[in-house]
Amino acid sequence: MDVFIQTMVSGILIGGIYALVGLGMTLIMGVMRIINLAHGQLMMVAMYITFVLYEYFNIDPYFSLLVSMPALFLLGVLIQKYLLNPLLRIESIIPQNQILMTVGVAMVLTEVMRFIFQSDYKSVKTPYSSAVLYISSIAFNFPMLIAFGIAMLLTAGLFFFLLKTDTGKSVRATAQNKDAALLLGVNAEWITQLTYGLGAALAAAAGTLLLPIYYLYPDVGGPFTLKAFIITVLGGLGSTVGAIMGGLVLGVAESLGATYISMALKDAVGMVIFVLVLVFMPGGLKTLTKV
Amino acid sequence: MLRLEHVNAGYGDIQVLWDVSFRVKGNEFVVLVGANGAGKSTIMRVISSLISPTSGEVWFEDQRLDQVPPYKIIDLGIAHVPEARQLFPEMTVLENLELGSLSPKAKAHRKETLKWVMELFPRLNERQKQLAGTLSGGEQQMCAIARGLMSRPKMMIFDEPSLGLSPLLTQEIFRLVQRIHGEGVTLLMVEQNVKQTLAICDRAYVLENGRVVLEGKGKELLENEQVKQAFLGI
Ligand SMILES: Nc1ncnc2c1ncn2[C@@H]1O[C@H](COP(=O)(O)OP(=O)(O)OP(=O)(O)O)[C@@H](O)[C@H]1O
Ligand SMILES: [Mg+2]
Repeated sequence: MDVFIQTMVSGILIGGIYALVGLGMTLIMGVMRIINLAHGQLMMVAMYITFVLYEYFNIDPYFSLLVSMPALFLLGVLIQKYLLNPLLRIESIIPQNQILMTVGVAMVLTEVMRFIFQSDYKSVKTPYSSAVLYISSIAFNFPMLIAFGIAMLLTAGLFFFLLKTDTGKSVRATAQNKDAALLLGVNAEWITQLTYGLGAALAAAAGTLLLPIYYLYPDVGGPFTLKAFIITVLGGLGSTVGAIMGGLVLGVAESLGATYISMALKDAVGMVIFVLVLVFMPGGLKTLTKV
Repeated sequence: MLRLEHVNAGYGDIQVLWDVSFRVKGNEFVVLVGANGAGKSTIMRVISSLISPTSGEVWFEDQRLDQVPPYKIIDLGIAHVPEARQLFPEMTVLENLELGSLSPKAKAHRKETLKWVMELFPRLNERQKQLAGTLSGGEQQMCAIARGLMSRPKMMIFDEPSLGLSPLLTQEIFRLVQRIHGEGVTLLMVEQNVKQTLAICDRAYVLENGRVVLEGKGKELLENEQVKQAFLGI
């Protein structure tokens, strides 16, 4: 029983970080109707920023959120403005070509990082990297707990932004009906840039939070792009609440798989869940909340 | 107040509007009538700058609209209530209305405007927290008109506000439109209910295959043989 609870706890904690990854991709999906196949690579760039800040400037990874998130926000805005939006101006180009562009962005980011840092594995070992908190016999890995807490705060912040501010409402309006939003004075092009920037900043947060308990190499983005994609589809393509549930489900599924099947197969378990949800709940997890 | 001068426009290679010119004076209530596909909605989209004309000019007061991006049109004082409502279905009625007053000027008066609009539309007042997508057709139209009013426009352009509504609800919408006109808002309206709208408007233009073919006072056009044959089935 303890093993089971322990497994669930670890799964939920990592699921909180996955939720951040999925939320970012979901926002981009909702507004631009494209799958951002550079999502994990944006996360990877943020991890390198965090790594450099720790290694050379001794800045704690949690403080470097204040650098990695704005930096990736800016990078995201620039990608949307100069690489993705220009594709929309040419009528003969189908929107799917934006997705191909994100693949290109992913490759460039990966190779640039490989050029600078080589392919070596890197990690950030903070004094608390392996600190553990016990509640009765259940172990809470300290950095995971902090990461989960910050992830929840960021998620709450995102929801406040989307639900309570005019700009956040404009983002949702643009996702639901772009022409109507334009008629009401929403600068839809700026909203797309803002959205991609926010998505990138959320990915950055996930990367930075993960670094103290993970390792880093230029190709680490690929698996995370795949995870983000799974979470987004699990959540029901464009549903923010669904993305959070998708993140938690994926975290728990991987954790259960690692404990009860095999560590090596934990990603496969995620894929199996993905296929099952597609088969039995084609609308994604969000169909569960639509009472 | 609003002037279209020799406007040609279309979608891609397909030209829809041919040398369209007309004007709406301050405080006027002008109606555009024409068969399905005549290009009425296209004219509305040109005014809102969603489509750029291939040639010709669109003027509002002393501004050239066709050189302004679409999201700046509402700030100039034009509220477009589009065909088929175009609400944000997964947002509440209140959120839809708030989105009608995004500009700093409109936002400063949001509370008062909201109160005024809710008095005009008591049905919406009761449904503030309901998702717009779950409103009935008539309520959705009211919500779309109310959203347009939230910007405190000088001019409103309505694209078929009676679309899909029962005769009774159509009457109600027309009464509201007249009331808005009474508050000093200049109106341009596209309608299929030709007889009723010609009776309440000041002037009207008849559009045929993307060309303006007739113009006159509403009541005069009601007597016009061509109009009678084409629209009134007499
Ligand atoms: N997005 C579009 N792409 C290509 N052609 C279009 C598009 N929208 C409209 N058209 C064409 O332009 C012409 C005029 O359309 P428009 O919507 O302006 O007509 P309308 O007078 O508003 O008709 P209705 O009374 O049915 O609303 C039609 O032939 C239509 O097929
Ligand atoms: Mg039309």
